[in-house]
Amino acid sequence: MVELIVNNVLQKIDVEPDTPLLWVVRDDLKLMGTKFGCGIAQCGACTVHVNGTPIRSCVTPVSSVVGKTITTIEGIADSTKGTELHVVQQAWIDHQVAQCGYCQSGQIMSAVALLERNPTPNDSEIDAAMSGNVCRCGMYGRIKAAIKSASNQVQMYQPEAMAAPSDSGIEENNNG
Amino acid sequence: MGKWTRRAFIASGTLVGGGLLVGVGVGVAIRPGHRTPELAKIVESGDEVLVNAWVKILPDNSIKVIVPHSEMGQGVHTALPMMLADEMDADWSTVSMEQAPAHPEYATFHLARHVILPGKVPGIVEDTLTGVFLKASEIMSLQITGGSFSVRSTGQLGMRTAGAAAREMLINAAAEEWQVPASEIRAQNSYLHHDASKRSAPFANFAKLAASLKGPEQPTLKTPDQFKIMGQSVERLDIPPKVDGSAVFGTDIDLPGMKYAAVKAAPVFGSTVVSIDSAAAEKMKGVIKIVNLDTGVGVIADSYWQATKALQSVLVTYTESAANKLSTAGMFEQFGQDMDAAVANGKEQEDFVKGDARGTLAQSDNVVEAEYRVPFLAHATMEPMNCTAWVHDGQVELWAGLQNPLGTRDFIANKFGYETDKVTIHNVYLGGGFGRRTLPDYPQQGVQLANALPGVPVKMIWSREEDIQQDHYRQAVISRFKAGLDESGTPISWENQFIDKHDPVEAPYIPYAIDNQFIHYTSSPTHVPFGAWRSVDHSQHAFFTESFIDELAAVAGKDPYHYRRDLLAEEPRIRKVLDSAAKMAGWGKSMPAHWAQGIALQSSFNTIVAQVVDIDMSSGKPRVDKVFCAADAGFVISPDGFIAQMESGIVFGLTAALYGDITLKDGAIVESNFHNYKMVRMNNSPDIEVKIINSGEPMGGAGEPGTPPIAPAVTNAIFAATGKRIRELPTSKHDGSYSLS
Repeated sequence: MVELIVNNVLQKIDVEPDTPLLWVVRDDLKLMGTKFGCGIAQCGACTVHVNGTPIRSCVTPVSSVVGKTITTIEGIADSTKGTELHVVQQAWIDHQVAQCGYCQSGQIMSAVALLERNPTPNDSEIDAAMSGNVCRCGMYGRIKAAIKSASNQVQMYQPEAMAAPSDSGIEENNNG
Repeated sequence: MGKWTRRAFIASGTLVGGGLLVGVGVGVAIRPGHRTPELAKIVESGDEVLVNAWVKILPDNSIKVIVPHSEMGQGVHTALPMMLADEMDADWSTVSMEQAPAHPEYATFHLARHVILPGKVPGIVEDTLTGVFLKASEIMSLQITGGSFSVRSTGQLGMRTAGAAAREMLINAAAEEWQVPASEIRAQNSYLHHDASKRSAPFANFAKLAASLKGPEQPTLKTPDQFKIMGQSVERLDIPPKVDGSAVFGTDIDLPGMKYAAVKAAPVFGSTVVSIDSAAAEKMKGVIKIVNLDTGVGVIADSYWQATKALQSVLVTYTESAANKLSTAGMFEQFGQDMDAAVANGKEQEDFVKGDARGTLAQSDNVVEAEYRVPFLAHATMEPMNCTAWVHDGQVELWAGLQNPLGTRDFIANKFGYETDKVTIHNVYLGGGFGRRTLPDYPQQGVQLANALPGVPVKMIWSREEDIQQDHYRQAVISRFKAGLDESGTPISWENQFIDKHDPVEAPYIPYAIDNQFIHYTSSPTHVPFGAWRSVDHSQHAFFTESFIDELAAVAGKDPYHYRRDLLAEEPRIRKVLDSAAKMAGWGKSMPAHWAQGIALQSSFNTIVAQVVDIDMSSGKPRVDKVFCAADAGFVISPDGFIAQMESGIVFGLTAALYGDITLKDGAIVESNFHNYKMVRMNNSPDIEVKIINSGEPMGGAGEPGTPPIAPAVTNAIFAATGKRIRELPTSKHDGSYSLS
């Protein structure tokens, strides 16, 4: 039995400790937005946040994140405090970023983490933060444009929008 | 049926419980009398009224369009509803879509395949409904499935006709209810208006009455100046669920009691299982069953991770054949020998002949020869192949992302001995297609696994390694050229020989005015399975022909843009696209040291695309700074969606040009994952500028035509910058060998 805090919910899961976090999130917690792409941390489709840092969940044994705060694509809208979508998600719609869409959860998670760290990234900082995420439909130009407009949004209207979700108010859920 | 052929019709009838159904169809197997209840049974649900084979009007007057094509990112789930809604004069803000079930009555194939007409459809008949169906059959001969087909065939012919028919039926119903002439009623934003009597009412009010009226035989389609939705950039309907993780792809299927499967097929295509030692795997935690798939092995377990781990400890031996000895070098050697032999023995397979290429060559002032190569390429969709199958109660249900759901249904029925109505396909979002998901190999494996565990749903997901090493590949090809130039440097003879021919037939043909041409091919089979890869044969032939014409320009001492332009005097439409790209790019502008431009064009799927690349070779490796792309697709339904398709096609083709290389060693594919089958990423993705030219010519495709020109535009730019001609892709094979100019 391992305990994880996923999207502000305490989860107790009966799973083998070497199981990658990806499959725990998807198949045990049924949070299907996080995707399997390569299994060796080469494509970024499985990106989630662990204590606010983007990681590749396909190579992260669940045992290594016990007790840590995990955020998936399903959990980021909360951080915008009241709006339905995170500003990055809205920017993705405004720029019509997604084509097949399979990589986009991972792209958005990398972008959110970038802007939390650095609300005003320049082109090379965006390149550095985002080049671990493959988009086979090749929407890199739109991803970059969306990150820039989300960055503007953050600065102009919602200075606190990128704050990490608070640890208070954690619900409990037993999947054991 | 009036002017119609008996195979093309609009069928209409009354639904059980009232309501109206209109179907547009072609085919001997579908009769109007049978169509209505069949379709109603499948599509009607709740209190929705099915008004059309491709559209439902809901009681709140919102509209749901039923789309018989898969969404794999090309935007078809938006473009097709736009076409229908525009003809219907619907309120776009209330339009949504649902994907049609895999049922023959939604078959895109049936739109055209029973109407066989050789040659071109005369323009004069295109305005009639029979004409549009004949046109569909003409398009079908170019490509049977894939993104570039959806808008041109289903959209132009099915969706628009269905929308117009629905509008006319509703107007006729309103005319009867209001007792006014139909000609005085206008439709706007999902309402009908009779201005003289100041009456207005929503579409939904007339749905049931419309059902009792005879449908129109020949609905009138709008002319482009009447379009309100087509030609506008609208937000894609499928994007919101793709930003919050809620879009359901094949890998996301979750059924009660479902088990998980991992598979590994024989590394050498064509080999079959000799023996399986699964003793260790069977003892591992969670393992339920080891399944002999004949061409491979699968493990079913309680979790996917357990299945994956157990699979690694299953030992399998496979049959061996001569294929086990084949390597990439040996394969190209075989290609070359077969090409030599074909010419030596006069066994050339003629593709296109005009004048006397060989005779003219002998009289040329200057003869130019070159040989090009491209490797196999894998599709590498972001979502690996996967399939969930459930065998129960004498039937099989299957969940997967499929480019050809109906064909898959037939394949599974035949392969496993089911009646087709015992095979149910649930098609979901495709995490990339590019041609890969037209093939039924992964659904077959899914059903094999489910058969081993009857009554239990089994979800099979391929590893990335399996996805790359068990693909069906873009053909590896050698292409050889000989051209003769006259004293002014103008080509007067063009001979081209290449390995293998697939589709589309015109891929190797050049638009340039050269009087003597001999284009021929040679078959040289290998055990590596062929698969349609975004733009199919165009992707390699554009590289070959557009590189060679560039070589001729260099030999002639002429500017490569103007050299092409001069040879396009008889092709004003193509020339205009080329000019547009050159103008956008500021062709000939001054550039930093080691920078240069390259140009290329290719017409594919009825869309003409020209691209100019700005390249920076200062590091010795190509860095594509910017791509200028001009495209004439006749008329573009959704400009932003079309631009996105060009951007996507360019990056896809650029990945192939810079890195794409699937190689063989001992008969097996060497590359396995994204570390050795590299992709263009954010840090080496160019800026892309797209210009759309709406020429008003017949509509062309969007999903594929952006891909072919990029490779030659890049290698032509490398030549311009360095003097080094790249004749073998990918360019990464040549790293470090560029001499900086």
